[in-house]
Amino acid sequence: MKHTLQQVFHSSKFVTGFCIFAAILLTVIIYPIFVPNPPLEIIAQGSFFPPGTYVSTYDTVFSSKAYTLNLPDAAAKRIAAKLGDKERQDIKDYLVLVGVPEAEIDTTNTIQLLSQWDKNYDPSKKISGMIFSKVRYYERLNKSLTGLLSEEGLILAAPNIDTGALEQIGTINLADYVNIKEVASVRTLPLGTDNFGRDVLTELVRATSVSLKIGLIAGLIATFIGLTLGLLGGYIGGTVDDVIMFITNLFTVIPSFVLLILISYSVGQEHRGPVMVATVIGFTSWVWTTRAVRSQVISLRNRDHVNLSKLSGHSLFHIITHDILPYIASYVVMALILQISSAILAEASLSVLGLGPKTSIDPTLGLMMNWAMIYQAQILGKWWAYFPVLIVIALITFSMNLMNTGLDQVFNPALRD
Amino acid sequence: MTEKKSCLKGVGLTKVFGLGRNKNMAVDHVDFDFAEGEIVSIVGESGSGKTTLAKMLLGLINTTEGEIYFKSKKRDIRSQKAKKEYWTNIQAIFQDPFSSYNIFNKIDALFLDCINMRGGKKLPYEKKLEMMTEACSFVNLKFAELTNKYPFELSGGQMQRLMIARIFLLKPQILLADEPTSMIDACSRATILDMLLKLRNDTGMTIIFITHDIGLAYFVSDKVFIMEHGKFVESGTADEVILRPKEAYTKRLLNDVPKIHEEWDLSTVDIKAK
Repeated sequence: MKHTLQQVFHSSKFVTGFCIFAAILLTVIIYPIFVPNPPLEIIAQGSFFPPGTYVSTYDTVFSSKAYTLNLPDAAAKRIAAKLGDKERQDIKDYLVLVGVPEAEIDTTNTIQLLSQWDKNYDPSKKISGMIFSKVRYYERLNKSLTGLLSEEGLILAAPNIDTGALEQIGTINLADYVNIKEVASVRTLPLGTDNFGRDVLTELVRATSVSLKIGLIAGLIATFIGLTLGLLGGYIGGTVDDVIMFITNLFTVIPSFVLLILISYSVGQEHRGPVMVATVIGFTSWVWTTRAVRSQVISLRNRDHVNLSKLSGHSLFHIITHDILPYIASYVVMALILQISSAILAEASLSVLGLGPKTSIDPTLGLMMNWAMIYQAQILGKWWAYFPVLIVIALITFSMNLMNTGLDQVFNPALRD
Repeated sequence: MTEKKSCLKGVGLTKVFGLGRNKNMAVDHVDFDFAEGEIVSIVGESGSGKTTLAKMLLGLINTTEGEIYFKSKKRDIRSQKAKKEYWTNIQAIFQDPFSSYNIFNKIDALFLDCINMRGGKKLPYEKKLEMMTEACSFVNLKFAELTNKYPFELSGGQMQRLMIARIFLLKPQILLADEPTSMIDACSRATILDMLLKLRNDTGMTIIFITHDIGLAYFVSDKVFIMEHGKFVESGTADEVILRPKEAYTKRLLNDVPKIHEEWDLSTVDIKAK
């Protein structure tokens, strides 16, 4: 046993797969300890906030201490953030359309370009051939460019409670800075928010854990049924085998995914929790485990050691558990790993079709994909809503298949290098 | 010569594999009567049905036709209990020692199974230990060295000796040895055969010795049955069959025995010194 484990951990494929899987598992366990937020809490008003660190604007203004930093490139950065190459080109295009000679326009000269823009831009002017969205775009651009070259600071004002008149309560200079650590409220959303305004990372970690649970339950159910039927059919043979193979063939002929969809649908939205979905997946995917185990058992049952065990007067149960099962144990473990990974995929496929678990507490990987799809994240280019989910699904199945291949190399002498 | 009591008798034993065109008569209406304390050899080439016959005798596969009588009583092994009862009387040594053992069980477990089967389940452990040590010393093995070891850690010859130790513990009335020496080297072969003979002499068990080596059969057996295509083509005492063969098939088998030297002739050398 110890020797076998050593051998297994010498296989580089298994170790790679195991490390990836262990990393995912550890993240799933440890992350909720540090971030105890409920995974489906709606924190954002609006959908698909991009990934990044969010700093409270209000708290920034009233941060306890203001620092003055005279950074030489601050102004250039401020301009660059608003006025990129694309914007400069758009301004040039507009200026050409309203009749400024092209030779007079220099897109690299910011001051000249902006003064030309201020002189010539007129929102009320109708330019033939310009589509409406472009008109709105120039309006937005003009607004954002206002005061870009200003050297003055801003005045903060608050309405007086008694009179309602605005009173100056402070100023903000161009060189004023706050230390982000001193701002009271800062929240980093590494993967932004989803369509409902929920933190994608917290949701993803929780979804991974639920999906792994679904995979484990479904895999265990499928392997248990497959193993039991395979052992009985293979070892007893005769009529028992015929009946078992009849049922197995029946399930093989019916596409299991169609069966899965039909059962999920008929179970009904109300009863379809994660455990239910896992059970349904488990009960439809045992077929090939049965066939594989059966064929292994058939090749084992006429071995001399089984005959010897029979001659020693051992019962059927004893022979199956002591003389057959240990010989196919490694095979069954490999089948279990594959069953788990395929169950995770099956759950994802079901959920994408809208037949996944009904949930208000537990997201699953498939459900996250489903939400992203319904709210058109892929069309809107909100990659953070679905791409990390894809990566996690791919990593889980990849690591499991890698472990499986590694085990196969250890236990199957023909594949050893 | 006094008439010995019948131990195992077969009447019209037949085993058919397959159906229709694929029908294969592995064993074809075979009759025999093995007496108590005899060593009987069944000789034939590969595929002649020796092992199928052995498995039928052991009750590991069903017979298609025919009856087996154990001590003049019709064998009935339909229930698990009856099978267990039958298997206290008949045991086997298989051809390949390397596949005969469950590689997950230690040698102790193998012996303890045998003791349990002989009804020694409630014996104190010291007594069991004593029995196991005795069995091992019978086959020139030291139990102290074997305890806590797995069978696959031993050599082929040692494994086969372990098998004989197992038989020694079980003390069945019939031992079916299915080519017990074909997978091991010549030196171990002689040791194994000696042990089988000793076992017979000590306990008076009937040994059915299945082999393809007619020389070996001559060396150990009282009676020889020659099997060809599922049928016994010739039978009789070892001297009769081997020294004065009637059938062409037997002669062919005899010719297949490698001669060490052309002057060396089985008929002139009396190696059967018992």
